[in-house]
Amino acid sequence: MELNATFKMPSTKPLMDVEQIRKNFPILQRKVHNKPLVYFDNAATSQKPKQVIEAIGFYYKNYNANIHRSIHELGEEATEKYEEAHKKTADFINADSYQNIVFTKNTTESLNLLAYSLTAKLKKNDEIVVSQMEHHSNFVPWQQLAKQRGLRLKFIEIDKDGNLDKNSIKKNITKKTKIVSLTHISNVLGTINPVEKIAKIAHENGALMVVDGAQAAPHMPVDVKKLDADFYAFSGHKMLGPTGIGVLYGKKELLEEMQPFLYGGEMIREVRFDDTKFNDLPWKFEAGTMNIAEAIGLSAAIDYLNKIGMDNVQKHDRELVEYAMGQLKGIDGIKIYGPDERDAVISFNLGNIHAHDVAQVLDSEGVAIRAGHHCCMPLMSVLGVAATARASFYLYNTEKEIDVFVNALNKVNRVFA
Amino acid sequence: MDSIEAMYQENILDHYKNPRNAGKIDKASVHHHEYNPLCGDEIEMFLVIKDKKVADVKFHGRGCAISQASASMLTEEIKGKSIEDLKKLTKENILELLGISLSPVRLKCALLSLDTLKNSILIFEKYIKK
Ligand SMILES: Cc1ncc(COP(=O)(O)O)c(C=O)c1O
Repeated sequence: MELNATFKMPSTKPLMDVEQIRKNFPILQRKVHNKPLVYFDNAATSQKPKQVIEAIGFYYKNYNANIHRSIHELGEEATEKYEEAHKKTADFINADSYQNIVFTKNTTESLNLLAYSLTAKLKKNDEIVVSQMEHHSNFVPWQQLAKQRGLRLKFIEIDKDGNLDKNSIKKNITKKTKIVSLTHISNVLGTINPVEKIAKIAHENGALMVVDGAQAAPHMPVDVKKLDADFYAFSGHKMLGPTGIGVLYGKKELLEEMQPFLYGGEMIREVRFDDTKFNDLPWKFEAGTMNIAEAIGLSAAIDYLNKIGMDNVQKHDRELVEYAMGQLKGIDGIKIYGPDERDAVISFNLGNIHAHDVAQVLDSEGVAIRAGHHCCMPLMSVLGVAATARASFYLYNTEKEIDVFVNALNKVNRVFA
Repeated sequence: MDSIEAMYQENILDHYKNPRNAGKIDKASVHHHEYNPLCGDEIEMFLVIKDKKVADVKFHGRGCAISQASASMLTEEIKGKSIEDLKKLTKENILELLGISLSPVRLKCALLSLDTLKNSILIFEKYIKK
Protein backbone atom coordinates (compact mmCIF):
# COMPACT_ATOMS: atom_id res chain seq x y z
CA MET A 1 0.00 0.00 0.00
CA GLU A 2 1.25 3.45 -0.92
CA LEU A 3 0.90 5.52 2.19
CA ASN A 4 1.57 8.90 0.70
CA ALA A 5 -1.15 10.70 -1.13
CA THR A 6 0.43 11.59 -4.45
CA PHE A 7 0.47 15.09 -5.82
CA LYS A 8 2.19 16.73 -8.68
CA MET A 9 5.12 18.53 -7.23
CA PRO A 10 6.19 21.75 -8.85
CA SER A 11 8.69 20.33 -11.32
CA THR A 12 10.80 23.40 -11.55
CA LYS A 13 14.12 22.60 -9.94
CA PRO A 14 16.61 24.24 -10.15
CA LEU A 15 14.62 27.41 -10.74
CA MET A 16 11.63 28.06 -8.54
CA ASP A 17 8.30 28.68 -10.19
CA VAL A 18 6.55 30.68 -7.51
CA GLU A 19 3.23 30.83 -9.33
CA GLN A 20 3.23 27.04 -9.46
CA ILE A 21 4.14 26.83 -5.78
CA ARG A 22 1.36 29.23 -4.82
CA LYS A 23 -1.20 26.87 -6.32
CA ASN A 24 -0.23 24.30 -3.69
CA PHE A 25 -1.27 26.61 -0.84
CA PRO A 26 -5.06 26.73 -0.63
CA ILE A 27 -5.06 29.63 1.84
CA LEU A 28 -3.38 31.93 -0.64
CA GLN A 29 -6.63 31.98 -2.63
CA ARG A 30 -8.31 33.68 0.28
CA LYS A 31 -9.45 37.27 0.38
CA VAL A 32 -9.06 39.44 3.47
CA HIS A 33 -11.29 42.50 3.68
CA ASN A 34 -12.04 41.88 0.01
CA LYS A 35 -8.36 42.13 -0.93
CA PRO A 36 -6.09 39.24 -1.91
CA LEU A 37 -4.25 37.95 1.14
CA VAL A 38 -0.62 39.04 1.30
CA TYR A 39 0.81 36.85 4.03
CA PHE A 40 3.96 38.40 5.49
CA ASP A 41 3.85 36.84 8.95
CA ASN A 42 5.93 33.81 8.09
CA ALA A 43 8.37 34.24 10.96
CA ALA A 44 5.42 33.57 13.29
CA THR A 45 4.16 30.57 11.35
CA SER A 46 4.16 29.53 7.72
CA GLN A 47 1.21 28.48 5.61
CA LYS A 48 0.80 24.82 4.66
CA PRO A 49 0.74 23.25 1.20
CA LYS A 50 -2.01 20.78 0.41
CA GLN A 51 0.62 18.02 0.34
CA VAL A 52 1.04 18.49 4.08
CA ILE A 53 -2.64 18.94 4.84
CA GLU A 54 -3.50 15.83 2.85
CA ALA A 55 -0.75 13.67 4.34
CA ILE A 56 -2.23 14.31 7.78
CA GLY A 57 -5.76 13.57 6.55
CA PHE A 58 -4.51 10.44 4.80
CA TYR A 59 -2.99 9.13 8.00
CA TYR A 60 -6.19 9.62 9.97
CA LYS A 61 -8.33 8.14 7.21
CA ASN A 62 -6.17 5.14 6.42
CA TYR A 63 -3.68 4.03 9.06
CA ASN A 64 -4.34 5.81 12.33
CA ALA A 65 -2.92 3.71 15.15
CA ASN A 66 -0.59 4.02 18.10
CA ILE A 67 3.05 3.42 17.35
CA HIS A 68 5.67 1.04 18.69
CA ARG A 69 3.22 -1.06 20.70
CA SER A 70 0.68 -2.41 18.22
CA ILE A 71 1.15 -5.81 16.63
CA HIS A 72 -1.20 -5.17 13.78
CA GLU A 73 -1.04 -3.82 10.27
CA LEU A 74 -2.20 -0.26 11.02
CA GLY A 75 0.19 0.02 13.93
CA GLU A 76 3.06 -1.17 11.80
CA GLU A 77 2.28 1.27 9.01
CA ALA A 78 2.02 4.16 11.46
CA THR A 79 5.25 3.14 13.20
CA GLU A 80 7.06 2.93 9.90
CA LYS A 81 5.93 6.42 8.86
CA TYR A 82 6.70 7.87 12.27
CA GLU A 83 10.20 6.45 12.22
CA GLU A 84 10.68 7.53 8.65
CA ALA A 85 9.89 11.09 9.75
CA HIS A 86 12.92 10.92 12.07
CA LYS A 87 15.07 9.67 9.24
CA LYS A 88 13.94 12.41 6.84
CA THR A 89 14.47 15.06 9.47
CA ALA A 90 17.97 13.73 10.10
CA ASP A 91 18.79 13.89 6.39
CA PHE A 92 17.27 17.37 6.14
CA ILE A 93 19.90 18.79 8.50
CA ASN A 94 22.64 16.31 7.58
CA ALA A 95 22.57 14.43 10.89
CA ASP A 96 24.06 10.94 10.98
CA SER A 97 20.99 9.02 11.93
CA TYR A 98 17.37 9.02 13.09
CA GLN A 99 18.84 8.44 16.55
CA ASN A 100 20.01 12.04 16.64
CA ILE A 101 16.46 13.34 16.18
CA VAL A 102 14.06 13.80 19.10
CA PHE A 103 10.54 14.98 18.40
CA THR A 104 8.98 17.52 20.75
CA LYS A 105 6.07 19.87 20.34
CA ASN A 106 8.08 22.93 19.25
CA THR A 107 11.39 24.76 19.55
CA THR A 108 10.38 25.99 22.96
CA GLU A 109 10.01 22.47 24.31
CA SER A 110 13.27 21.39 22.69
CA LEU A 111 15.09 24.24 24.42
CA ASN A 112 13.39 23.56 27.75
CA LEU A 113 14.43 19.93 27.51
CA LEU A 114 18.03 21.08 27.11
CA ALA A 115 17.83 23.71 29.81
CA TYR A 116 16.59 21.16 32.35
CA SER A 117 18.76 18.24 31.31
CA LEU A 118 22.03 20.04 30.61
CA THR A 119 22.02 22.24 33.69
CA ALA A 120 21.39 19.28 36.01
CA LYS A 121 25.11 18.48 35.99
CA LEU A 122 26.44 22.01 36.32
CA LYS A 123 27.98 23.46 39.44
CA LYS A 124 27.23 26.69 41.21
CA ASN A 125 28.58 29.73 39.33
CA ASP A 126 29.09 27.82 36.09
CA GLU A 127 28.22 30.11 33.21
CA ILE A 128 25.69 29.99 30.40
CA VAL A 129 26.01 32.42 27.50
CA VAL A 130 23.15 33.63 25.31
CA SER A 131 22.83 36.81 23.25
CA GLN A 132 20.77 39.97 23.53
CA MET A 133 18.78 39.01 20.44
CA GLU A 134 17.33 35.74 21.74
CA HIS A 135 13.68 34.83 21.51
CA HIS A 136 12.14 34.39 24.97
CA SER A 137 12.18 30.64 24.38
CA ASN A 138 15.99 30.63 24.19
CA PHE A 139 16.27 32.97 27.11
CA VAL A 140 13.68 32.43 29.82
CA PRO A 141 14.44 28.68 30.28
CA TRP A 142 18.16 29.41 30.82
CA GLN A 143 17.41 32.40 33.02
CA GLN A 144 15.05 30.43 35.25
CA LEU A 145 17.24 27.34 35.49
CA ALA A 146 20.21 29.58 36.26
CA LYS A 147 18.24 31.08 39.14
CA GLN A 148 17.16 27.69 40.45
CA ARG A 149 20.62 26.14 40.23
CA GLY A 150 22.83 29.09 41.10
CA LEU A 151 24.33 29.44 37.62
CA ARG A 152 25.38 32.66 35.90
CA LEU A 153 23.70 33.84 32.71
CA LYS A 154 25.73 36.10 30.43
CA PHE A 155 24.84 38.02 27.30
CA ILE A 156 26.67 38.61 24.07
CA GLU A 157 25.86 42.17 23.10
CA ILE A 158 24.79 43.34 19.66
CA ASP A 159 26.47 46.18 17.79
CA LYS A 160 24.67 49.12 16.23
CA ASP A 161 24.00 47.20 13.00
CA GLY A 162 22.32 44.35 14.86
CA ASN A 163 25.18 41.86 14.52
CA LEU A 164 26.79 40.10 17.47
CA ASP A 165 29.58 42.25 18.82
CA LYS A 166 32.90 40.48 18.20
CA ASN A 167 34.55 41.70 21.38
CA SER A 168 31.56 40.74 23.40
CA ILE A 169 31.74 37.20 22.01
CA LYS A 170 35.35 36.94 23.15
CA LYS A 171 34.67 38.52 26.49
CA ASN A 172 31.73 36.34 27.42
CA ILE A 173 32.76 32.89 26.23
CA THR A 174 35.50 31.76 28.60
CA LYS A 175 36.71 28.70 30.44
CA LYS A 176 33.89 29.25 32.91
CA THR A 177 31.31 28.83 30.15
CA LYS A 178 29.56 25.48 30.08
CA ILE A 179 26.78 26.19 27.56
CA VAL A 180 26.48 28.68 24.72
CA SER A 181 22.95 28.95 23.34
CA LEU A 182 22.42 31.13 20.33
CA THR A 183 19.86 31.80 17.67
CA HIS A 184 20.97 30.95 14.13
CA ILE A 185 18.80 33.68 12.60
CA SER A 186 17.17 36.49 14.59
CA ASN A 187 13.38 36.57 14.30
CA VAL A 188 13.44 40.35 14.73
CA LEU A 189 16.58 41.62 12.98
CA GLY A 190 17.03 38.89 10.39
CA THR A 191 20.69 38.69 11.45
CA ILE A 192 22.38 35.48 10.34
CA ASN A 193 24.75 34.60 13.15
CA PRO A 194 28.17 33.01 12.50
CA VAL A 195 27.22 29.87 14.38
CA GLU A 196 30.06 27.80 13.01
CA LYS A 197 32.68 30.24 14.30
CA ILE A 198 31.01 30.58 17.66
CA ALA A 199 30.70 26.81 18.03
CA LYS A 200 34.44 26.64 17.54
CA ILE A 201 35.05 29.23 20.25
CA ALA A 202 32.62 27.43 22.56
CA HIS A 203 34.34 24.10 22.01
CA GLU A 204 37.81 25.57 22.53
CA ASN A 205 36.57 26.67 25.92
CA GLY A 206 35.03 23.30 26.70
CA ALA A 207 31.43 24.51 26.39
CA LEU A 208 28.47 22.95 24.60
CA MET A 209 26.95 24.74 21.61
CA VAL A 210 23.16 24.90 21.43
CA VAL A 211 21.55 26.49 18.37
CA ASP A 212 18.00 27.84 18.12
CA GLY A 213 17.26 27.12 14.47
CA ALA A 214 13.58 28.11 14.49
CA GLN A 215 14.13 30.80 11.84
CA ALA A 216 16.99 29.12 9.98
CA ALA A 217 15.76 25.59 9.27
CA PRO A 218 12.82 26.91 7.20
CA HIS A 219 14.92 29.29 5.11
CA MET A 220 18.38 27.87 4.42
CA PRO A 221 20.22 24.59 4.05
CA VAL A 222 21.31 23.53 7.53
CA ASP A 223 24.22 21.17 8.07
CA VAL A 224 24.60 20.38 11.75
CA LYS A 225 27.92 18.66 11.13
CA LYS A 226 29.43 21.59 9.33
CA LEU A 227 28.17 23.92 12.06
CA ASP A 228 29.47 21.45 14.63
CA ALA A 229 26.42 22.25 16.75
CA ASP A 230 25.98 19.97 19.74
CA PHE A 231 22.25 20.59 19.72
CA TYR A 232 19.94 22.20 17.17
CA ALA A 233 16.26 23.03 17.80
CA PHE A 234 13.48 23.98 15.39
CA SER A 235 9.71 23.92 14.81
CA GLY A 236 7.72 22.19 12.07
CA HIS A 237 5.08 24.89 11.84
CA LYS A 238 7.47 27.55 10.56
CA MET A 239 8.63 25.31 7.68
CA LEU A 240 5.33 24.35 6.03
CA GLY A 241 4.56 21.63 8.57
CA PRO A 242 1.78 21.47 11.15
CA THR A 243 1.81 22.94 14.64
CA GLY A 244 2.59 20.59 17.50
CA ILE A 245 5.81 19.12 16.14
CA GLY A 246 9.27 20.35 17.07
CA VAL A 247 12.71 18.89 16.61
CA LEU A 248 15.72 18.52 18.83
CA TYR A 249 18.89 17.34 17.16
CA GLY A 250 21.68 16.24 19.46
CA LYS A 251 25.05 14.56 19.10
CA LYS A 252 24.60 10.92 19.98
CA GLU A 253 27.13 10.67 22.78
CA LEU A 254 25.63 13.74 24.42
CA LEU A 255 22.04 12.52 24.14
CA GLU A 256 23.12 9.18 25.50
CA GLU A 257 24.53 10.59 28.69
CA MET A 258 21.67 13.04 29.25
CA GLN A 259 18.89 12.33 31.69
CA PRO A 260 15.43 12.24 30.05
CA PHE A 261 13.23 15.29 30.52
CA LEU A 262 9.83 13.55 30.54
CA TYR A 263 9.20 10.17 32.13
CA GLY A 264 6.42 7.71 31.32
CA GLY A 265 5.45 5.18 28.72
CA GLU A 266 7.40 4.44 25.53
CA MET A 267 10.61 5.93 26.82
CA ILE A 268 11.41 2.90 28.96
CA ARG A 269 13.09 -0.41 28.30
CA GLU A 270 12.38 -2.14 31.56
CA VAL A 271 10.57 -0.95 34.66
CA ARG A 272 10.95 -2.65 38.00
CA PHE A 273 9.56 -1.48 41.31
CA ASP A 274 12.86 -0.01 42.33
CA ASP A 275 14.35 1.22 39.06
CA THR A 276 13.86 1.84 35.34
CA LYS A 277 16.06 1.27 32.34
CA PHE A 278 15.50 3.81 29.62
CA ASN A 279 14.86 3.08 25.98
CA ASP A 280 17.37 3.57 23.15
CA LEU A 281 17.81 6.86 21.37
CA PRO A 282 15.80 8.76 20.37
CA TRP A 283 12.84 7.11 22.10
CA LYS A 284 14.19 7.69 25.57
CA PHE A 285 13.27 11.36 25.10
CA GLU A 286 9.84 10.71 23.59
CA ALA A 287 7.58 9.86 26.51
CA GLY A 288 3.95 8.92 26.07
CA THR A 289 1.93 8.79 22.87
CA MET A 290 3.64 11.21 20.53
CA ASN A 291 2.33 13.63 17.90
CA ILE A 292 2.16 10.99 15.19
CA ALA A 293 0.04 12.87 12.65
CA GLU A 294 2.18 15.97 13.08
CA ALA A 295 5.38 13.99 12.54
CA ILE A 296 3.89 12.63 9.33
CA GLY A 297 2.92 16.18 8.36
CA LEU A 298 6.48 17.34 9.02
CA SER A 299 7.74 14.52 6.83
CA ALA A 300 5.54 15.76 3.99
CA ALA A 301 6.77 19.32 4.53
CA ILE A 302 10.38 18.16 4.31
CA ASP A 303 9.57 16.27 1.10
CA TYR A 304 8.07 19.44 -0.30
CA LEU A 305 11.05 21.60 0.63
CA ASN A 306 13.51 19.00 -0.67
CA LYS A 307 11.81 18.88 -4.04
CA ILE A 308 12.17 22.63 -4.38
CA GLY A 309 15.63 22.54 -2.85
CA MET A 310 16.66 24.52 0.20
CA ASP A 311 19.28 26.35 -1.89
CA ASN A 312 16.48 27.66 -4.06
CA VAL A 313 14.33 28.57 -1.09
CA GLN A 314 17.22 30.50 0.41
CA LYS A 315 18.00 32.27 -2.85
CA HIS A 316 14.36 33.24 -3.35
CA ASP A 317 13.95 34.51 0.21
CA ARG A 318 17.17 36.54 0.13
CA GLU A 319 16.25 38.07 -3.24
CA LEU A 320 12.84 39.03 -1.92
CA VAL A 321 14.25 40.63 1.20
CA GLU A 322 16.79 42.54 -0.85
CA TYR A 323 14.03 43.80 -3.15
CA ALA A 324 11.90 44.73 -0.16
CA MET A 325 14.77 46.60 1.55
CA GLY A 326 15.27 48.62 -1.62
CA GLN A 327 11.59 49.50 -1.93
CA LEU A 328 11.13 50.28 1.76
CA LYS A 329 14.00 52.74 1.89
CA GLY A 330 11.92 55.16 -0.18
CA ILE A 331 9.11 55.36 2.36
CA ASP A 332 8.77 58.51 4.42
CA GLY A 333 9.87 58.19 8.03
CA ILE A 334 10.74 54.48 7.91
CA LYS A 335 13.32 53.11 10.31
CA ILE A 336 14.55 49.60 9.63
CA TYR A 337 16.26 47.59 12.38
CA GLY A 338 19.07 45.14 11.77
CA PRO A 339 21.88 44.57 9.30
CA ASP A 340 21.73 44.96 5.51
CA GLU A 341 22.73 41.39 4.95
CA ARG A 342 19.90 39.43 6.45
CA ASP A 343 17.39 36.68 6.09
CA ALA A 344 13.75 37.21 5.10
CA VAL A 345 12.70 39.31 8.11
CA ILE A 346 12.32 43.09 8.25
CA SER A 347 11.43 44.89 11.46
CA PHE A 348 10.65 48.57 11.16
CA ASN A 349 8.81 51.55 12.53
CA LEU A 350 7.15 54.32 10.59
CA GLY A 351 7.85 57.71 12.16
CA ASN A 352 6.07 57.92 15.49
CA ILE A 353 3.19 55.77 14.37
CA HIS A 354 2.73 52.83 16.70
CA ALA A 355 3.34 49.41 15.17
CA HIS A 356 -0.22 48.38 16.06
CA ASP A 357 -1.65 51.17 13.97
CA VAL A 358 0.65 50.26 11.09
CA ALA A 359 -0.47 46.62 11.24
CA GLN A 360 -4.11 47.61 11.42
CA VAL A 361 -4.00 49.77 8.32
CA LEU A 362 -2.02 47.09 6.45
CA ASP A 363 -4.62 44.50 7.46
CA SER A 364 -7.30 46.61 5.84
CA GLU A 365 -5.33 46.20 2.60
CA GLY A 366 -5.10 42.42 3.05
CA VAL A 367 -1.47 42.54 4.20
CA ALA A 368 -0.75 40.41 7.29
CA ILE A 369 2.30 41.47 9.30
CA ARG A 370 3.21 41.27 12.96
CA ALA A 371 3.36 44.14 15.44
CA GLY A 372 4.73 43.96 18.96
CA HIS A 373 7.85 42.80 20.76
CA HIS A 374 8.05 39.46 18.89
CA CYS A 375 8.85 37.61 22.11
CA CYS A 376 12.11 39.56 22.36
CA MET A 377 11.54 42.09 25.13
CA PRO A 378 15.22 42.27 26.12
CA LEU A 379 16.13 43.04 22.49
CA MET A 380 13.41 45.69 22.28
CA SER A 381 14.96 47.44 25.26
CA VAL A 382 18.36 47.38 23.54
CA LEU A 383 16.78 48.87 20.41
CA GLY A 384 15.06 51.44 22.63
CA VAL A 385 11.56 50.78 21.33
CA ALA A 386 8.44 49.26 22.83
CA ALA A 387 7.42 47.52 19.64
CA THR A 388 8.20 47.15 15.97
CA ALA A 389 6.25 46.14 12.91
CA ARG A 390 7.67 43.06 11.21
CA ALA A 391 7.25 41.67 7.71
CA SER A 392 8.67 38.23 6.98
CA PHE A 393 8.69 36.37 3.68
CA TYR A 394 8.71 32.82 2.45
CA LEU A 395 8.89 30.77 -0.70
CA TYR A 396 5.37 31.61 -1.92
CA ASN A 397 5.76 35.40 -1.61
CA THR A 398 6.39 37.59 -4.63
CA GLU A 399 7.79 41.00 -5.55
CA LYS A 400 4.29 41.99 -6.60
CA GLU A 401 3.13 41.37 -3.03
CA ILE A 402 5.94 43.57 -1.76
CA ASP A 403 4.65 46.33 -4.04
CA VAL A 404 1.18 45.94 -2.47
CA PHE A 405 2.84 46.14 0.95
CA VAL A 406 4.76 49.29 0.03
CA ASN A 407 1.60 50.97 -1.26
CA ALA A 408 -0.17 50.03 1.94
CA LEU A 409 2.64 51.59 3.99
CA ASN A 410 2.22 54.80 2.04
CA LYS A 411 -1.43 54.64 2.96
CA VAL A 412 -0.49 54.37 6.64
CA ASN A 413 1.47 57.58 6.23
CA ARG A 414 -1.52 59.26 4.57
CA VAL A 415 -3.96 58.16 7.29
CA PHE A 416 -1.65 59.55 9.97
CA ALA A 417 -0.42 62.57 8.02
CA MET B 1 -15.01 47.56 11.46
CA ASP B 2 -16.08 48.26 7.93
CA SER B 3 -13.29 50.53 6.85
CA ILE B 4 -9.95 51.66 8.11
CA GLU B 5 -10.99 55.27 7.62
CA ALA B 6 -13.82 54.67 10.10
CA MET B 7 -11.42 53.32 12.69
CA TYR B 8 -9.01 56.19 12.28
CA GLN B 9 -11.72 58.82 11.91
CA GLU B 10 -11.07 62.54 12.36
CA ASN B 11 -11.84 62.80 16.04
CA ILE B 12 -9.68 59.83 17.03
CA LEU B 13 -6.70 61.10 15.08
CA ASP B 14 -7.32 64.57 16.47
CA HIS B 15 -7.22 63.30 20.05
CA TYR B 16 -4.16 61.19 19.24
CA LYS B 17 -2.22 64.05 17.72
CA ASN B 18 -3.45 66.74 20.11
CA PRO B 19 -4.16 64.93 23.35
CA ARG B 20 -6.34 66.86 25.79
CA ASN B 21 -5.16 67.09 29.39
CA ALA B 22 -1.66 65.98 28.46
CA GLY B 23 0.98 66.39 31.13
CA LYS B 24 1.64 65.73 34.79
CA ILE B 25 0.36 67.19 38.03
CA ASP B 26 2.94 67.60 40.78
CA LYS B 27 0.49 67.63 43.65
CA ALA B 28 -1.98 65.07 42.44
CA SER B 29 -4.09 63.25 45.01
CA VAL B 30 -3.19 60.02 43.25
CA HIS B 31 -1.24 59.01 40.22
CA HIS B 32 -0.89 55.61 38.69
CA HIS B 33 0.91 54.00 35.78
CA GLU B 34 -0.44 51.11 33.67
CA TYR B 35 1.44 49.24 31.02
CA ASN B 36 0.29 46.77 28.39
CA PRO B 37 3.26 44.43 28.02
CA LEU B 38 1.90 42.92 24.82
CA CYS B 39 2.30 46.07 22.79
CA GLY B 40 4.13 48.46 25.08
CA ASP B 41 1.26 50.93 25.42
CA GLU B 42 1.70 53.05 28.53
CA ILE B 43 -0.50 55.50 30.39
CA GLU B 44 0.18 57.41 33.56
CA MET B 45 -2.75 59.29 35.04
CA PHE B 46 -2.79 62.10 37.63
CA LEU B 47 -5.97 62.93 39.51
CA VAL B 48 -6.74 65.83 41.86
CA ILE B 49 -9.71 64.82 43.96
CA LYS B 50 -11.66 67.39 45.99
CA ASP B 51 -14.98 66.80 47.72
CA LYS B 52 -15.11 63.33 46.17
CA LYS B 53 -14.96 64.85 42.72
CA VAL B 54 -12.33 65.04 40.02
CA ALA B 55 -11.07 68.60 40.27
CA ASP B 56 -8.32 68.04 37.72
CA VAL B 57 -6.84 65.27 35.64
CA LYS B 58 -3.85 64.90 33.36
CA PHE B 59 -2.24 61.94 31.67
CA HIS B 60 0.85 61.15 29.79
CA GLY B 61 1.72 58.08 27.85
CA ARG B 62 2.85 56.50 24.66
CA GLY B 63 1.37 53.89 22.41
CA CYS B 64 -0.99 53.37 19.53
CA ALA B 65 -3.58 55.86 18.35
CA ILE B 66 -6.44 53.96 19.96
CA SER B 67 -4.87 53.79 23.42
CA GLN B 68 -3.82 57.45 23.46
CA ALA B 69 -7.03 58.83 21.93
CA SER B 70 -9.13 56.89 24.40
CA ALA B 71 -7.08 58.29 27.30
CA SER B 72 -7.50 61.81 25.97
CA MET B 73 -11.26 61.40 25.56
CA LEU B 74 -11.64 59.77 28.95
CA THR B 75 -9.87 62.57 30.79
CA GLU B 76 -12.19 65.09 29.12
CA GLU B 77 -15.17 63.05 30.12
CA ILE B 78 -14.34 62.63 33.81
CA LYS B 79 -13.48 66.18 34.81
CA GLY B 80 -15.96 67.31 37.45
CA LYS B 81 -17.46 63.87 37.87
CA SER B 82 -17.79 62.20 41.26
CA ILE B 83 -15.74 59.19 42.24
CA GLU B 84 -18.91 57.17 42.42
CA ASP B 85 -19.64 58.05 38.77
CA LEU B 86 -16.17 56.98 37.73
CA LYS B 87 -16.62 53.59 39.33
CA LYS B 88 -19.60 52.99 37.11
CA LEU B 89 -17.72 53.54 33.86
CA THR B 90 -17.63 50.47 31.63
CA LYS B 91 -16.07 49.25 28.45
CA GLU B 92 -19.22 50.35 26.61
CA ASN B 93 -18.68 53.94 27.75
CA ILE B 94 -15.21 53.92 26.26
CA LEU B 95 -16.42 52.48 22.97
CA GLU B 96 -19.14 55.13 22.92
CA LEU B 97 -16.56 57.85 23.40
CA LEU B 98 -14.46 56.43 20.59
CA GLY B 99 -17.50 55.84 18.43
CA ILE B 100 -16.15 52.65 16.87
CA SER B 101 -16.20 48.91 17.44
CA LEU B 102 -12.94 47.05 17.95
CA SER B 103 -11.48 43.58 17.66
CA PRO B 104 -10.57 41.88 20.96
CA VAL B 105 -6.86 42.67 20.49
CA ARG B 106 -7.45 46.36 19.88
CA LEU B 107 -10.01 46.49 22.70
CA LYS B 108 -7.11 46.01 25.12
CA CYS B 109 -5.54 49.19 23.72
CA ALA B 110 -8.79 51.11 24.11
CA LEU B 111 -9.36 49.96 27.68
CA LEU B 112 -5.90 50.69 29.05
CA SER B 113 -6.94 54.21 30.09
CA LEU B 114 -10.04 52.90 31.87
CA ASP B 115 -7.91 50.35 33.74
CA THR B 116 -5.52 53.10 34.73
CA LEU B 117 -8.39 55.24 36.01
CA LYS B 118 -10.08 52.43 37.94
CA ASN B 119 -6.83 51.36 39.56
CA SER B 120 -6.05 54.97 40.45
CA ILE B 121 -9.34 55.17 42.29
CA LEU B 122 -8.78 51.86 44.03
CA ILE B 123 -5.41 53.04 45.25
CA PHE B 124 -6.86 56.39 46.28
CA GLU B 125 -9.64 54.81 48.31
CA LYS B 126 -7.57 52.09 49.85
CA TYR B 127 -4.35 53.89 50.70
CA ILE B 128 -4.67 57.63 50.35
CA LYS B 129 -8.10 58.85 51.37
CA LYS B 130 -8.17 59.61 55.07
C1 LIG C 1 14.15 32.52 16.87
C2 LIG C 1 12.99 31.79 17.46
N1 LIG C 1 13.20 30.93 18.46
C3 LIG C 1 12.20 30.24 19.01
C4 LIG C 1 10.89 30.39 18.59
C5 LIG C 1 9.82 29.61 19.28
O1 LIG C 1 9.21 28.71 18.43
P1 LIG C 1 7.93 27.91 18.93
O2 LIG C 1 6.91 28.93 19.33
O3 LIG C 1 7.51 27.11 17.75
O4 LIG C 1 8.35 27.07 20.08
C6 LIG C 1 10.63 31.28 17.55
C7 LIG C 1 9.29 31.51 17.03
O5 LIG C 1 8.38 32.06 17.54
C8 LIG C 1 11.70 32.00 16.99
O6 LIG C 1 11.49 32.88 16.00
